[in-house]
Amino acid sequence: MIRLENVCKLYNQGQHNEVRAIWELSLQLAPNQITVFRGPSGSGKSTLLALIGCLTRPTRGRIWLEGELLSNLPERFMTQVRRETFGFIFQRFNLIRGMTVLENLLVPAYPLAPPYSRLRARAMELLHQFRLADRAHNKAEWLSGGEAQRTAICRALINDPKILIADEPTANLDRQLSREFMGYLEGLQAEGKTVLISSHDPLVFERPGIARIVALCDGRLCLKEE
Amino acid sequence: MRVFLRRQRYLLEYSLASLARHPGKYVLLLLVYSLLVFLLASVLLFSQALHRETEVLLADAPEILVQRLLAGRPVPVPAAYLERLQGIRGIREPSGRLWGLFYDPIVRANYTMLVPQTPEIPAGEIQIGRGIARSRGLEVGDYLSLRNASGATQAWRVAALLDGEAELVNQDLILMNTADFRQFFGYPEGRFTDLVLRVPNEREQATIAEKIVRILPDTRPILRSELLRTYSALFSWRQGLIFLILLGVLLAFVILAWDRASGLSSEERREIGLLKALGWETSDLLRMKFWEGAVLSLSAFLLGDLLAYAHVFFFGAGLFAPVLQGWAVLYPQFHPKPFIDGFQIATLFFFTVFPYTVATIVPIWRAAIADPDEIMR
Ligand SMILES: Nc1ncnc2c1ncn2[C@@H]1O[C@H](COP(=O)(O)OP(=O)(O)O)[C@@H](O)[C@H]1O
Ligand SMILES: [Mg+2]
Repeated sequence: MIRLENVCKLYNQGQHNEVRAIWELSLQLAPNQITVFRGPSGSGKSTLLALIGCLTRPTRGRIWLEGELLSNLPERFMTQVRRETFGFIFQRFNLIRGMTVLENLLVPAYPLAPPYSRLRARAMELLHQFRLADRAHNKAEWLSGGEAQRTAICRALINDPKILIADEPTANLDRQLSREFMGYLEGLQAEGKTVLISSHDPLVFERPGIARIVALCDGRLCLKEE
Repeated sequence: MRVFLRRQRYLLEYSLASLARHPGKYVLLLLVYSLLVFLLASVLLFSQALHRETEVLLADAPEILVQRLLAGRPVPVPAAYLERLQGIRGIREPSGRLWGLFYDPIVRANYTMLVPQTPEIPAGEIQIGRGIARSRGLEVGDYLSLRNASGATQAWRVAALLDGEAELVNQDLILMNTADFRQFFGYPEGRFTDLVLRVPNEREQATIAEKIVRILPDTRPILRSELLRTYSALFSWRQGLIFLILLGVLLAFVILAWDRASGLSSEERREIGLLKALGWETSDLLRMKFWEGAVLSLSAFLLGDLLAYAHVFFFGAGLFAPVLQGWAVLYPQFHPKPFIDGFQIATLFFFTVFPYTVATIVPIWRAAIADPDEIMR
């Protein structure tokens, strides 16, 4: 379970261009569900996911994960939690150009340094599961949109995280691929993963498998939550 | 421990792959870097080789050389002075030397003519340095004729070419017989150019020099140790000059490296952010980049150093010779004996790899400590 209490995130704090990306936000998120954060562009969806995913620290307020206070952890432990608990799927997928699909998959595992044979076996298993086995040795930049997206899912899963975070994952996909992508996420939720998605795409938050939708307005919860 | 090593190996592999992914970016850097190491190493090797050759040259030189001065200029020394030196305790084998300079208008160069102590050279024969042989087109068995002090032509048969250990100084040397020498220069009988003597005990040298001046007030004793110091100072001065220039090059290089690294392309910055977001620690990133730099600088260092080695020892240091040698009249081909000096390599390593590593790691460190949430935008 994830709990946020009076979380604020300010950018350019104290300067004339100060931005309140997240403002006094309190929230509890249940495990093993798909939660969607919706809201217009600039409403703070990405910032909120970054805070939960330990990519950055709140300016004020506290965040707990399974009863453990995350917001005060020193950088090293924050990285460790991020590595072991979260898998990220970014809006632009962020695969590393010039590297093959397989190599891209292995990157998050390097700091954990599992034996290569085991790591590779795990990667190939994921590639099979997501119909990418024959693309394993293709360069990332030659993939189609759908393949890139599936590669991104595989990479997020390589360390077997409990929580998947996807930031506007369908923004660069057509309707067909978007539906397919949501299907994958629903499958992962069924396997026991917690899934957090940000999106302003109706195709995402109108899916039946979604347990909860959190609407954001200007960095706070909108007055009426769906 | 095994996990730690495996982690290093993964990081190293990632660095190598990263180098391979951006060949264009690194080739230029590698070239400039190797060139810098090449220049620095060449100067170091070359000047050290000069030092060594000089030491070899002066190793057999007598400990004390005595000149006679008249109005501050060296003049021939009477043979009688030798007997007066004999009385000083601690002196061995005092003897008179005959040598002089001759300007050859044909090749517009000075020759050093010298009568060796042993073995004596038969009358009518000479042994010459390779510089002279080259410029006059002489081989063993050929004849060299020069116009002597009384205007007559004097000819010798070339009996041998000199190739001493110190090739640098042997270039313009002609060895000949005593009688030939006196005839050629019209040098008075019973006089020598200077006197040389051995003083096996190094600590006595200074006191003996004092005694010589007391007994023969119109002479000037010159110690070998002083000569060595003079040569060293000369070399160091020239070397310093070159180093000053190279310092500028080094600086430019550091700026280039800094610029390359701090002007981290947005792609690189994004990659660092991504790796961090995916769970790499700051230390992992630094280590990965460190490996990248280490591979680059080690290859550049090896390449530059090997090239410099070949340049100095197999190609006669063609680039620097004019600056560092300078005084030689006949352009010598300098082929010093190859040597490897660990301390020198370490110095060079420190002055090239270290600034590079610092220059590149700092900006990367700054990018790596930032929160990776930028990757979400
Ligand atoms: N690094 C940053 N520096 C300054 N402002 C930022 C930064 N990151 C986000 N913001 C601002 O914070 C607000 C929320 O951004 P974001 O969380 O990306 O919104 P969303 O993902 O909903 O579009 C926006 O006004 C954005 O401009
Ligand atoms: Mg966003």
